[in-house]
Amino acid sequence: MAERIVIDPITRIEGHLRIEIDVNDQGIISEALSSGTMIRGLEKIMVGRDPRDAWAYLQRVCGVCTTVHSIASLRAVEDALDIRIPKNANLIRDIITYSQHVADHVVHFYHLHALDWVDVVSALSADPQEAARIAQSLSNYPKNSPGYFSDVQKRLKTFVESGQLGIFANAYWGHPAYKLPPEVNLLAVAHYLDALEWQKEIVKIHAILGGKNPHPHFVVGGVACAIDLNSDTALNTQRFNQIQKLISQAKDIVEQMYIPDLMAIASFYKDWTYGGGLKNYLSFGDFATPGNDVRDMDTYLFPSGAILNGDLSTVHDVDVRDYDQIQEFVDYTWLKYSDGAKGKHPWFGETTFDYTGPAPGYKELDETKPYTWNKAPRWRGHSMEVGPLARVLVAYAKGVPDVKNIVDWAAGELDIPLSALMSTLGRTAARGLETKLFVDRLQETFDALIANIKSGDTVTFDNSKWDPKTWHRTDSVVRGVGWNEAPRGGLLHYIVIEKGKIKSYQAVVPSTWNASPRDTDGVRGAYEEALVGTPMADPHQPLEVIRTIHSFDPCMACAVHLVDKNKKEITQINVIR
Amino acid sequence: MKETFYEYAQRRGYSRKDFLKFCTAITAIMGLEASFTPKVVKALETKERVPVIYKHFQECTGCSMSFIKMHNPIVADLLFDMISLDYHDTIMAASGRQAIEAAEKTKEEYKGKYILACEGSIPMADGGIHSVVDGKTHIDIFREYEKDCAAIISYGSCAAWGGVQAAAPNPTKATPIYKLTNKPVINVPGCPPIPDVMAGVITHILTFDSLPELDIRRRPKVFYRHRIHDNCQRRAYFDSGLFVEEFDDIGSKLGWCLYKVGCKGPVTYNSCSVMKWNDSTCWPVEAGNPCMGCSEDNFWDFGPIFTTLAQIPGTNIIYNPDKVGAAVVGAATAGVAVHAAATVAVEKMKKKDKEAPVAVDQNKGVSK
Repeated sequence: MAERIVIDPITRIEGHLRIEIDVNDQGIISEALSSGTMIRGLEKIMVGRDPRDAWAYLQRVCGVCTTVHSIASLRAVEDALDIRIPKNANLIRDIITYSQHVADHVVHFYHLHALDWVDVVSALSADPQEAARIAQSLSNYPKNSPGYFSDVQKRLKTFVESGQLGIFANAYWGHPAYKLPPEVNLLAVAHYLDALEWQKEIVKIHAILGGKNPHPHFVVGGVACAIDLNSDTALNTQRFNQIQKLISQAKDIVEQMYIPDLMAIASFYKDWTYGGGLKNYLSFGDFATPGNDVRDMDTYLFPSGAILNGDLSTVHDVDVRDYDQIQEFVDYTWLKYSDGAKGKHPWFGETTFDYTGPAPGYKELDETKPYTWNKAPRWRGHSMEVGPLARVLVAYAKGVPDVKNIVDWAAGELDIPLSALMSTLGRTAARGLETKLFVDRLQETFDALIANIKSGDTVTFDNSKWDPKTWHRTDSVVRGVGWNEAPRGGLLHYIVIEKGKIKSYQAVVPSTWNASPRDTDGVRGAYEEALVGTPMADPHQPLEVIRTIHSFDPCMACAVHLVDKNKKEITQINVIR
Repeated sequence: MKETFYEYAQRRGYSRKDFLKFCTAITAIMGLEASFTPKVVKALETKERVPVIYKHFQECTGCSMSFIKMHNPIVADLLFDMISLDYHDTIMAASGRQAIEAAEKTKEEYKGKYILACEGSIPMADGGIHSVVDGKTHIDIFREYEKDCAAIISYGSCAAWGGVQAAAPNPTKATPIYKLTNKPVINVPGCPPIPDVMAGVITHILTFDSLPELDIRRRPKVFYRHRIHDNCQRRAYFDSGLFVEEFDDIGSKLGWCLYKVGCKGPVTYNSCSVMKWNDSTCWPVEAGNPCMGCSEDNFWDFGPIFTTLAQIPGTNIIYNPDKVGAAVVGAATAGVAVHAAATVAVEKMKKKDKEAPVAVDQNKGVSK
């Protein structure tokens, strides 16, 4: 008889996520259920507002991946209104995007995920000399001296002895699933603290270009920060120097700290091959060659595509505008479709609260009934995983040289076959590998911005479509879609604009795919499928569960933001283009 | 809990000089005169660490992300530890039952002594089912923890005012914390707030065993006394009538006033123009973006973000954006319709202010 274990809250994520598992007599997870337990209804709030403001409201879907919804929203509005932004604006938005990815992934690795693999208490028994020797063999990170590790260990020791462990209290220290030697644990703890210091530096790029972080500012049609080399208030050489310094610092952190730590830690967990899950991977593609537009899809660093059943020999084409390809289902969701439809494309999306769960105070949910606020998005009917691993595998399968090189290098270093990447560990590794590509792209994009300014182009904003009176016929209905590859995976924003106001807004976000409940056919979502089959050392200390869940980097406020205003279906849409 | 903050600092390897520097900085951040520094030093030398339970409700975690971006190094290092951060969803190591037990332990051991920090609003529609953790509604969890806390910090505009989810039509009936309790509440609004403001608030409580002086809307006066507009670096251009008419125009390159592209600085009480963001690197207005008014109650329903405010409250003068100041440069982009819409929006705001349970004292801050 299986035992049901509830893990709620899942911490070290964004938002509120509940996981329930059944563990069988052999100690293996036989069933899993993923429930997003908070909903805010942002899309309902968008109705009737000025489309030029949408980015700001939608940005507040998430304060961790703080820029990505803004970018997707801007792209959706610019798609609907057929606005092409200036080259500098593309470059500046991309600098914001790449620095977001780099910051987000490093913070995820050290602060949200590492403690699933690193035993903080074990670091107390490490030999700092040995830790330094190991660290120096891995990279040239200048701090990796015996004194540095010894200092960190002393601090840690007095901290633990104080008896007040603060954020480290009551965790799974000493759990048998921890495999690192004490010295590697110490190395990781030291770099946890360093990364904490650094993460507030890199985001200064957002402050310079968007005013602040979290939640920098944006504008439809370009960017609001002007470029003028002769102005003391616009982007000038002093500001560019600041940005360059921050980029160089980020490059050092990624190359000397993150990648070496990732490879070192992974090498001890090569046998932990669980968490592969669906093996269906979806990417909408992003990251055009610096200066190009999102519409220049053939220049993407990470192209769009879908892989089914782990078969890398075939990459299926993906079209986010196709009504049959992207659909959302609500059979197991506390929402309903008024017309009884099974799946809906987001341009026709509808989300009406219909809570049928147990009364609060409940102990367990039931996976045979609706059990989450999260919709179930599907691609051509398939349950899909999105995220760094999906991006990397699609790009690899399509033969993108930069991606192929770094993946082959990592597989070679770890001495694992490519198929081993389809796992919890592979998800974590893919995130690190793409961070290396992103930090390089950050520098290239910045160089391209400087070169473009040097060529005499300082334009950052296109005013021609700012005034709503210029938007097609004012009585028309237009629709747009904006996509990007956010840190957590492919993100889609769908907008319908009528008479200059938002008529309907729907976002299909990465964690909606990954945290998906079952669909009409009863097929599980990515988290759920990834958990099934995992052996547990001690089900009441569910370290293995949070390992796999954290490898997806959940963002639950994103996943369950939805609610549509329109109870009636949008039947007539005249696309004026 | 026998250890003082100073002893802790020593243990962490900070010198007496570092410690004094920190005390001086924090005195300044709290807006106190230098003569208060010895009091701060004394307090931190002798006071115990205060346990904090930080609960996430309906939120986006932006406030937590801001929180960990505190910049004064000693603040960044010590904030986790000058307080004992015993529960915090985003960064704590434990999950599930073990996480909840950590919070419950603190709640029992420090009855009446811990600070409850809240991020996010609380949904009150349909019995609170729109946000549930561990099977319990947020309102029930809040009740459990507010009962025995010393004070509540409502961190961010969601906790303070309801936030983006409370914008019309507020589908989940998202409710700010102060409306749900009789405990002392400190509102620290902002979407998100400037992180060093949080450091200042906590340090004040720790140092003086009292809450900082609050305004009528429960905001610490030290950080929310002035309007963005009062200390804005573009203010001289406002007074001279030099405005950015559209993004990327000459005024935008030269740093002119953003009032006509929608800046809400004249109605927004916050420290952005003084403290700036991310280690004083920049702030929205400096980077060419109009202030959205993100620390004001219900700012999401102010009206379109990029639309000019038709009136500057507290002046009794209806400003025509085209006639403000001595000289008018360039053509107005805000047409008659936009102007009219803004007037309606401002009228709505004024009306709302009258209805609010705690009246705005915005007029008092205006000296012009």
